[in-house]
Amino acid sequence: MQFYSTALQSRLMLGTAGYPSPASLLAAIESAQVEVVTVSLRRESSGARAGQQFWSLIKGSGVRVLPNTAGCHSAAEAVTTAHMAREVFGTDWIKLEVIGDSDTLQPDVFGLVEAARTLCREGFDVFPYTTEDLIVAEKLVDAGCRVLMPWGAPIGSGRGLNNVAALRTLRARFPDLPLVIDAGLGLPSHAAQAMELGFDAVLVNTAVAQADHPPAMAQAFALAVQAGLQGRQAGPIPQRDFAVPSTPVVGKAVLS
Amino acid sequence: MKIILNGDECEVGANTVAAVLDELGYAGTFATALNGRFVPQAQRIDTPLSPQDRLEVIAPMQGG
Repeated sequence: MQFYSTALQSRLMLGTAGYPSPASLLAAIESAQVEVVTVSLRRESSGARAGQQFWSLIKGSGVRVLPNTAGCHSAAEAVTTAHMAREVFGTDWIKLEVIGDSDTLQPDVFGLVEAARTLCREGFDVFPYTTEDLIVAEKLVDAGCRVLMPWGAPIGSGRGLNNVAALRTLRARFPDLPLVIDAGLGLPSHAAQAMELGFDAVLVNTAVAQADHPPAMAQAFALAVQAGLQGRQAGPIPQRDFAVPSTPVVGKAVLS
Repeated sequence: MKIILNGDECEVGANTVAAVLDELGYAGTFATALNGRFVPQAQRIDTPLSPQDRLEVIAPMQGG
């Protein structure tokens, strides 16, 4: 799998927020053999060192970071945040979020396309957090995005894939574009389903961080992602409405 | 003069972004924005501050 010019082995990406401890986050990264984690930027006072400590922890873990623009509600705000993230984290990667609604955290897709256009032009590798909308996806690709990250369900909801038909359409429409399910997954089986649908990777945060045992849940997600990918590659059978006997009918003894 | 640092009023003596960050004791990895516009690290030294300017100083944080 390749994101822009970077080849990756792991199909599971982890968010870094909401873990019970830094040690638990590190253990989750390790147990799932994650290569990419998402990070953010927040205000820091001169006395506090929380941000510096967190950054040392992440750098020490050796993973690649995907900075986000979480909490931005306008294209301009997201673009400025992306500029700051590029300087702080030293990467052109940006997980572009422009939020349109505070309750659902649904992307403002109009602001998203506008910000994506600006950032792609400026040489960023944009990973847009979007909905499953096909036309928005086309606009994002036109803007220069070479990865799309549609939501499965609202962030933190744990509902899984809310709109399987539309996600399947998205996969069919962009057969060669890396597609990542970002947000809303709650269970490893949701991740397996995403991979079985042909998605390239999944990004999970809350489902792992808020689990009773984050490292174990991270590993469960990694196994599910692997199972789903292998199932997809093995060529699943089509669904039918009626039964087809798996045991041969020919040669059956007549006993009545 | 008084500036607005990360949303709170703050009395500072220095008058450039770089000098104020030194004065306040900022160290490590962070980025700055002045009145909503990104100020790259190399430009902090040449970026003057005026009273009531809004300075944002942000650092790496956990995120999803």
